[in-house]
Amino acid sequence: MTVTPEKPIEQVERVIIRFAGDSGDGMQLTGDRFTQETAVFGNDLATFPSFPAEIRAPQGTIPGVSSFQLHFASRDILTPGDHPDVLVAMNPAALKANVDDLRKGAVIIVDTHDFTTRNLAKAGYADNPLDGDSLADYQVHALDLTGMTIEAVKEFGLSRKDAARSKNMYSLGLLSWMYGRPVEGTIDYVSTKFARKPDVRDANIAAFKAGYHFGETTEAFAVSYQVKPAEAPKGRYRNITGNLALSYGLVAAGRLADLPVFLGAYPITPASDILHELSKHKAFGVTTFQAEDEIAGIGGAIGASYAGHLGVTSTSGPGVSLKAEAMGLAVMLELPLVVVDVQRGGPSTGLPTKTEQADLLQAMFGRNGEAPLPVVAAQSPADCFDAAVEACRIAVTYRTPVMLLSDGYLANGSEPWRLPDVAALPPIEAGFATGPNHVSTAKDAKTGEETETADFWPYLRDPETLARPWAPPGTAGLEHRVGGLEKADGHGNISYDPANHDYMVRTRQAKVDGVRVPDLEVDDPSGAARMLVIGWGSTYGPIGAGVRRVRDRGLDVAQVHLRHLNPFPRNLGEILKRYDKVVVPEMNLGQLSLLLRAKYLVDAESRTNVRGMPFGAEEMEKILLESLADLGITQPGTADVLTAEEALR
Amino acid sequence: MTTHTTVTDLSTPVLGTALVPQADTKQTGKDFTSDQEVRWCPGCGDYAVLKAVQGFLPDLGLRRENIVFVSGIGCSSRFPYYLDTYGMHSIHGRAPSIATGIATAREDLSVWVVTGDGDALSIGGNHLIHALRRNVNMTILLFNNRIYGLTKGQYSPTSEAGKITKSTPMGSVDHPFNPVSLTLGAEASFVARTIDSDRKHLTSVLAAAAAHRGTSLVEIYQNCPIFNDGAFDAIKNPDTKADAIIPLVHGEQIRFGATLEDGQGHKCLVRDSGGGVRVAEVSEVAAEEILVHDAHNPDPTLAFAISRLTDSGYLNQSPIGIFRQVLRPTYDDQAREQVALSGGQGDLQALIDGGDVWTVDA
Ligand code: SF4
Repeated sequence: MTVTPEKPIEQVERVIIRFAGDSGDGMQLTGDRFTQETAVFGNDLATFPSFPAEIRAPQGTIPGVSSFQLHFASRDILTPGDHPDVLVAMNPAALKANVDDLRKGAVIIVDTHDFTTRNLAKAGYADNPLDGDSLADYQVHALDLTGMTIEAVKEFGLSRKDAARSKNMYSLGLLSWMYGRPVEGTIDYVSTKFARKPDVRDANIAAFKAGYHFGETTEAFAVSYQVKPAEAPKGRYRNITGNLALSYGLVAAGRLADLPVFLGAYPITPASDILHELSKHKAFGVTTFQAEDEIAGIGGAIGASYAGHLGVTSTSGPGVSLKAEAMGLAVMLELPLVVVDVQRGGPSTGLPTKTEQADLLQAMFGRNGEAPLPVVAAQSPADCFDAAVEACRIAVTYRTPVMLLSDGYLANGSEPWRLPDVAALPPIEAGFATGPNHVSTAKDAKTGEETETADFWPYLRDPETLARPWAPPGTAGLEHRVGGLEKADGHGNISYDPANHDYMVRTRQAKVDGVRVPDLEVDDPSGAARMLVIGWGSTYGPIGAGVRRVRDRGLDVAQVHLRHLNPFPRNLGEILKRYDKVVVPEMNLGQLSLLLRAKYLVDAESRTNVRGMPFGAEEMEKILLESLADLGITQPGTADVLTAEEALR
Repeated sequence: MTTHTTVTDLSTPVLGTALVPQADTKQTGKDFTSDQEVRWCPGCGDYAVLKAVQGFLPDLGLRRENIVFVSGIGCSSRFPYYLDTYGMHSIHGRAPSIATGIATAREDLSVWVVTGDGDALSIGGNHLIHALRRNVNMTILLFNNRIYGLTKGQYSPTSEAGKITKSTPMGSVDHPFNPVSLTLGAEASFVARTIDSDRKHLTSVLAAAAAHRGTSLVEIYQNCPIFNDGAFDAIKNPDTKADAIIPLVHGEQIRFGATLEDGQGHKCLVRDSGGGVRVAEVSEVAAEEILVHDAHNPDPTLAFAISRLTDSGYLNQSPIGIFRQVLRPTYDDQAREQVALSGGQGDLQALIDGGDVWTVDA
């Protein structure tokens, strides 16, 4: 028996892998599993799944390509990375669609099985790229992964087609070997998932193991790599996507407020997973109502809030448009409500599976009349938990609809989440009205005698928060009517009085303006920065990565990121005025910069990208360097762009 | 008379108000009257309905604080302001969705929706049919005046074809909805029709609707003297109403018109060879051919056929009464049951800690 010689192991600090294949090839699952293995191993990581809007786009075509990118490192990282070090391409279209993102020297692992004349043509290749020298800049491993998979699982008696389906597990096994990933989690996962189909289960496990052993034994791969666990704050961690974290945040908020959560929603990409997730948590008193349309989704949530539940509706931009009138009603009713907008490319149907943050102005102003509401945005997948709790806290405390903004990048992307200690989360006070809050005096016309009666005024406000009482039906003596017509201050009857309307419009605005939000802390390690970069939402990662790269060059730049878009933190104006230049990178055409310019009269410089993709770290670095150059600040010494090796972040 | 078993064996209550707390003391109509001045036009049919409801609610015997009226937009949607219960005057067409949220959230509330022909059948048509198919425990009062009143007189989805209004100077070319046919088509479990001016009938229908567990849809013919006066004259005029009203009473022969010696009308309904229902002279058909009204028939086909006897133009003829009253599981009972079955004791820390967790002890 020959013993496989131990192959050398090379240490690397970080790796970017992209799995790409046809949308039916199971690339999302492969990426997910590799991510879980990596998370459990203890690397820091960030992921970026990308899939077609069609469920099954034509097989073998470029529009049908689905991919999953994972960046993992032995240090903390902020983005899924710009350029993959390794591309796994399961067919010609996957190669063609992704090869341009690679840098010279990158590794390409290709499944040659589908490189037939027909499939090459479908992908738009006139000649087989594996034959010529068009891929000469890369380290190409052309392997018949499908053929090897079929061979590996032949004992299970599956049809050729079914056997070939395990090819994603074969490639996962190979990559798991290459990067020394722990494999038990994947074997457990497959065992559970296919528990009822033993032949499929066994085939997948066999394919996975075969891929792993192939890596160990083949001469094609001379070395494997090790990416050491990253240092991270002490604690317990799990990997989590934005939609899952957001859902958990809603469940947690219900517990913290001791209120049953009611989600009214209509399925829409990329928000549907929130509906799916919450529908599993009835044990937490969560009710989910899959409504007939977007409007009924928010209608049901408003009704539930009126009845004393924590009403939530989740959607994406097109749904927010449909809910606008009902959001105006909620502003008028002054009831707690959380509207979750998982933004996607717009306008109209736009790019359902791509990301964008172009709903900010819609969130701020997209209703008739003066209809202000607080706006909260999540900045990373795990942060969706905290953002959701915060949105619920504001909604309940101030009796107001709150817009919670996420986006497609956060929704489906994932990162390690340091698990919060539930007992340490501060409670949310629902504080229902329990009795009369007002005394009316009436004079008897005949006797002149004054009588006093205690009554309930639904629009009598808390002097500090300006919140009105929340009096769900069921309490005697608090019967009252609310509605979309303007209400008189205090007693809340219909009022068309001009002065009252003026007062109520200003009061609703003052209530939102007065929402307490924490002051911002600027990140400016040297304290010498003359330029501030400010963002909101999912640009947090790319901006942070760009800032690190700029600082690595010895340049100073300050960074601040907004969780609260309405109201802005109290110290924001003062911060903006401290810097000679304020740069605002956004995935829209400059919506935050418009707000900052209008409110603070600062010459905020808008830098935008609306490609449906997050900013790359390199792209962000370039933006910041250009803006610094405008200030006359350039890198001491060489001004060359850092090589990939130098710019490790 | 055939008897029907209910569609499923319901473990939940079968009375609409079963879980709503009862009032401790006897209430009066005054208890349900708010301090707000009623602002409909003089002679509006809405007044009569309001009076009837205020008169009926004390008989319902529920605690006032456990009653909620939700409305949309339109003349009739001002209704909640005039009742001293909990209430919400919401936005155009959306009341059924809001009421669905309320009814699902709270089993201890008696939920009522007040809507009109424009509110329920035009802008809110989608919510109406979905509330009915779900069978959410609530009572929908659909005030049908066959016109847009609040916006001053445009034709509505129940206006007769050819109607001349401000927006249709040459006559409307829209085909009207028959609200009863529509709601039966949506598989409503309780569908009735009554008339604003017939307080006794209106009250009896309200009582049956409130008692029904599931969505009760009550179409109320309501006169708008300002923009559509006389739309229901044929069924209100003492000279013509005997021929115009086809009374539906569960378990009784469907007969109308001038009375014969047996005290009942000379006209009746019989099955038509085409599968529908037609009007016949009692003297010309065998007694067993005369339809006996069966509101509890799980199959809505016959109820639908009867609903088709409603004139779509001037109302020379219209069946009045409870078309259909069957028990089937309600959305809100089942939704609450799923939550209840799940125990409500979820461990939040365990949820958060689920999945593949690793520990860093730096
Ligand atoms: S317009 Fe017609 S329906 Fe409206 S209040 Fe006047 S009479 Fe009644």
